[in-house]
Amino acid sequence: MKDEKMTKIPQTMPRQSWTFSNDTNSEIRRAAATGIYDIRGGGAKRKVPHFDDLLFLGASMSRYPLEGYREKCGTGVVLGTRFAKKPIELDIPITIAGMSFGSLSGPAKEALGRGASMAGTSTTTGDGGMTEEERGHSTKLVYQYLPSRYGMNPDDLRRADAIEIVVGQGAKPGGGGMLLGQKITERVAGMRDLPEGIDQRSACRHPDWTGPDDLEIKILELREITGWEKPIYIKVGGARPYFDTTLAVKAGADVVVLDGMQGGTAATQDVFIEHVGQPTLACIRPAVQALQDLGMHRKVQLVVSGGIRTGADVAKALALGADAVSIGTAALVALGDNDPQWEEEYQALGSTTGAYDDWHEGQDPAGITTQDPDLMARLDPIAAGRRLRNYLSVLTLECQTLARACGHNHVHNLEPEDLCALTVEAAAMAGVPLAGTSWIPGKSGY
Amino acid sequence: MQTIDLNAQNLRELNATLQAQASADTPEASWEVLNPKGSHALAVGLDAPIDVTVLGSTGYYCAGMNKQANITVKGSAGPGVAENMMSGTVVIEGDASQYAGATGHGGLLVIKGNASSRCGISMKGIDIVVHGNIGHMSAFMAQKGNLVVLGDAGDALGDSLYEARLFVRGEVKSLGADCEEKEMRPEHLELLADLLERAGADAKPEEFRRYGSARTLYNFDIDNASAY
Repeated sequence: MKDEKMTKIPQTMPRQSWTFSNDTNSEIRRAAATGIYDIRGGGAKRKVPHFDDLLFLGASMSRYPLEGYREKCGTGVVLGTRFAKKPIELDIPITIAGMSFGSLSGPAKEALGRGASMAGTSTTTGDGGMTEEERGHSTKLVYQYLPSRYGMNPDDLRRADAIEIVVGQGAKPGGGGMLLGQKITERVAGMRDLPEGIDQRSACRHPDWTGPDDLEIKILELREITGWEKPIYIKVGGARPYFDTTLAVKAGADVVVLDGMQGGTAATQDVFIEHVGQPTLACIRPAVQALQDLGMHRKVQLVVSGGIRTGADVAKALALGADAVSIGTAALVALGDNDPQWEEEYQALGSTTGAYDDWHEGQDPAGITTQDPDLMARLDPIAAGRRLRNYLSVLTLECQTLARACGHNHVHNLEPEDLCALTVEAAAMAGVPLAGTSWIPGKSGY
Repeated sequence: MQTIDLNAQNLRELNATLQAQASADTPEASWEVLNPKGSHALAVGLDAPIDVTVLGSTGYYCAGMNKQANITVKGSAGPGVAENMMSGTVVIEGDASQYAGATGHGGLLVIKGNASSRCGISMKGIDIVVHGNIGHMSAFMAQKGNLVVLGDAGDALGDSLYEARLFVRGEVKSLGADCEEKEMRPEHLELLADLLERAGADAKPEEFRRYGSARTLYNFDIDNASAY
């Protein structure tokens, strides 16, 4: 019976669809208007199990902690000890990931080199070859050997400190890249042997080898050209980490670089970034297991990348068995990417601080992912390099703090037994017990 | 003439010796390599104006990343011969396997027999002259330079081609995406005459047809999506 006193009938709150969210609908409208998929930079933005889902247990009755600020906790790492005559010795277990000149501005590459060198670590070239800015300011530079071979030449190969053969990357395992024409300036075009202003495709597979048997011979060639001096890294996207690591070792890698789906890219389809590959957390233990099964753990070094943000992330990756980590997106943020000072300009571009990812369009207000001279001039490579150095220092200090708390005098002594997981998923992926239990899903019990 | 016998010396010794000529005060001008037996990565990374003759067939990546040297293989070559060559001349007297001259930036690669698939893939300025036929997907994503074929070309020639120029005397089984036949202008005939002469090829420039990029795929256009 109707309540006579009620003058207005209560309405159910408008209910948004979880399936057809505002975000989803906006993409449908954009697709309908343009007829083309969304291209963007960065890595997966969806929430996936990550290092946040792990906790360190710390010292207790059975573990003896080290005194913070007093007792030494080493952070050095040597990469390339398997075959190379000149392995890379780093002061910290955090490297700068490969990012191309072309995608990034010259000052940004210089800043990466400056920051990494001050912190005692390496930086990495990318598609597009080696620039003087980067070589000149990087005490240790890893030269990427990519399918496109843009700018590839034996002189740069020899003046690199290591060579990284890129088979895949976490943002797009199995995919190539596209640098849109607006970023192909005269200099970028010249380095890539292409006309100015055209969309430049980076191939998804190498032009002169197919599979690990061929790759073994390719590595032989690169070692012969460089006198067996340089460590050879193989970078794979987080697709099938156990088998990819096994095959990389079989092919002769000194170092395996494993990039999970949160790892960034300069530009590719959003559908690729969000729907191909595995989370970084899910990749580490299978890769470590592969190395252990081969008796190569710590002999072939494992570098993990994709979503590393804090010293806790670094420490957790090392505890799971990595020898070092690599950062890309976080390094760009440290330089000044997505900084709130440019909010007005981000909004003018239809974005906002923290969400700006149209790096391929070359209009980056921070002057990092652009080739526009006016925008590039906004980034002071010296100041940005210092910021990166500071950030790397913080990551290292945080990692040391956690290692000491677990009783270790070197960050490489961190181990899975130092960890527990907050979720069943993270416990299964990381191979550590669910917090409060001794249960490792898939390993202990059921 | 200096001789290196791979029955007596190993690959590292061969390459180190040849590479050392780049910094030698007086490089040895002429070298002969015996018993290659299909070895991989022979005479790679050279950077001196020397002559190297390999007596026999080679495996993968012979003459890879060559600069300045003139390398002759008196036999056939495996995959990736003269890959990423920068300058100099490489002559294969027999046939060449896949990816011959891949990503080459400069110099001249001459194959007196046939070349397999993906000849000149992603070439970036190298000149390649093949006396015989070439396989499918040759000059895929080729950026710069010239590919001259006296015989026939297989399927999908010049797929996704950029600015490389392709000259074929025989039949082309099919053209790849965005590759089209182009007008042969006087400057092309002149270029071709020079390449044929340098490659020791007995053919007339007028017998060739020229192919290049239609340039319709240079900037992404949704209306071209069916071409991919």
